[in-house]
Amino acid sequence: MTPKLFQITGRLAQAIPSVLVVIILSFILTRMLPGDPAVYFAGDMADKESIEQMRRSLGLDRSWLEQFYIYIINLIEGDWGISLTTGQPVTDELLARLPASLELTIFGLILSIAAAVPLGIAAANHKDSWIDHFCRILVTAGVSLPIFFTGLFLVYIFYFLLGWAPSPIGRIDILVLSPPPVTGFYTIDSLLANESETFFASLAQLILPAATLGLFALAPIARMTRSAMLGALKSDYVRTARASGLSRKKILLTYALQNSALPIFTTLGMVFSFLLGANVLVEKVFSWPGVGLYAIEALIASDYAAVQGFVLTMALLFVFVNLTIDIILTLIDPRVGFDD
Amino acid sequence: MTKVAFTNRRLNHLIYVIRENPVTLLAFSLFTLIILLALVGPSIAPHDPIKTNATNALEPPSLSYLFGTDHLGRDVFSRVIVATRLDLGIAFSAVAISFCVGCALGGAAGFWGGWTNRVIGRISDAIMAFPLFVLAMGIVAALGNAIENIIYATAIINLPFYIRVSRAETSIRRNIGYVDAARLSGSGNLRILFTQILPNILPPLMVQVSLNMGWAILNAAGLSFIGLGVRPPNAEWGIMVAEGSNYIISGEWWLVIFPGAALMLAVFCFNLLGDGLRDIVDPLRRT
Repeated sequence: MTPKLFQITGRLAQAIPSVLVVIILSFILTRMLPGDPAVYFAGDMADKESIEQMRRSLGLDRSWLEQFYIYIINLIEGDWGISLTTGQPVTDELLARLPASLELTIFGLILSIAAAVPLGIAAANHKDSWIDHFCRILVTAGVSLPIFFTGLFLVYIFYFLLGWAPSPIGRIDILVLSPPPVTGFYTIDSLLANESETFFASLAQLILPAATLGLFALAPIARMTRSAMLGALKSDYVRTARASGLSRKKILLTYALQNSALPIFTTLGMVFSFLLGANVLVEKVFSWPGVGLYAIEALIASDYAAVQGFVLTMALLFVFVNLTIDIILTLIDPRVGFDD
Repeated sequence: MTKVAFTNRRLNHLIYVIRENPVTLLAFSLFTLIILLALVGPSIAPHDPIKTNATNALEPPSLSYLFGTDHLGRDVFSRVIVATRLDLGIAFSAVAISFCVGCALGGAAGFWGGWTNRVIGRISDAIMAFPLFVLAMGIVAALGNAIENIIYATAIINLPFYIRVSRAETSIRRNIGYVDAARLSGSGNLRILFTQILPNILPPLMVQVSLNMGWAILNAAGLSFIGLGVRPPNAEWGIMVAEGSNYIISGEWWLVIFPGAALMLAVFCFNLLGDGLRDIVDPLRRT
């Protein structure tokens, strides 16, 4: 086995305890419910008999270990409970809404990378110039801005004052039909179906919420890019490259940036964790019909199975993203495979 | 004699840092103002923050209503001022809990090492395995929708940061000269932890507190923005922004902008203060 493949397998194995921890914690959270869960899940109208039946179907009459075993089996079989408010299985509801959230998060992340990485590079390249100060102000402001406030501020400016953005409600204008579902991403689906009008309508709805998320993610990415680039520019290999008379662009983009890629990618994992939380707030501001909005409605209605499903989905998604980032890091890191 | 000289040197260093970085001074003044508002806010607010008055609802800012009035005719200015106490109260309590519990766990992990360290490390990893805001939502859902549960949820998701800092700082000090000296003179483990190690790891922890405070405020406001914890008609910045959000598309901007700006200023102030404190405590890590 090549060292890279070996490392990737090792990293895949490391994800197993993370998944276990997530499941154990969410199991504990369900058992923390105030009062008797059987009474709770049976609903307000339940009589004694149906509560007893619910207790048996939830397995609450058994030992903790057995309960945990049943819990895991149910999770694996896709039985995440029934939503109290809609009466639908939680897994179906979450799967139907997940593409909307992913489209928003991914688009926001792309926007912020597109802005933050060049900004960080410029700030490091011209240290202590106006662009460096600008970067510093943006980074400090970025971590202080409540994301729901940024979103509403953008709505006020671009919808109310300038009238550039469409009304900030939902994924697509109510007058436009949603594209035939393939991936669940409206922008991609409309392109696949060759409907340019639908594409622009969904893109127009997407830009403001994605920009809100992007502004939020900008700060940590720009800060990490700047400090990683500063470190790389001070290194011996950059000095050697300069002394050998390589062009400025080549030094900056090939030598320094490629060596800064590792810390930048590592930051992306952390940023993604923040984005999954921030997504909930942005979905609320823009009435975006994703899993976050679903979870908020479930929280207000004390629909516990739905909230638990949401927390689990987000946590598993987070584990998966971290895993993917680590595998990419292993693949792009030239040092892996040379040591042994 | 030496003690006076030492205090003087500290003071000179403080003056030097503030002179070098006037932003820290600004942050400190802002901090004083925020604390003052939290203490005396309700008595200096010009209007009753929860008294409704349907005849002058949604008035734009004017001399009698500096920040305008909301959809129920309540004075936004008074509400923003009064809310300071609740917002800071939630954040302070949450950070205080994380600080105490995190210090105890991290200190124990760093001091004893071994399986204590492993178990506490796992707890910290378990919390970090979740997207933190999402975990806070789950905790509030499990404990019930109330203000104290917002505090507990915020405290739990902040725990790993305190555990990490105090564990690292304790473990590098557990075999240092003054700890050995205290042990030789017959102090027990707990006594060493409290009298020798705690005072020495306090400065880096205070930096963490200040940086964390802004985040705790944002987090609590985010939870109340989605309708958890604080109930209307109570004044709180997050819920004020949430209530105003329905009016932003029709152009009543003052409902959202003023509480949002207050929130932003408070967080900004704690973040700047944290950076400033770090400069004073740890000059090597200055950026």
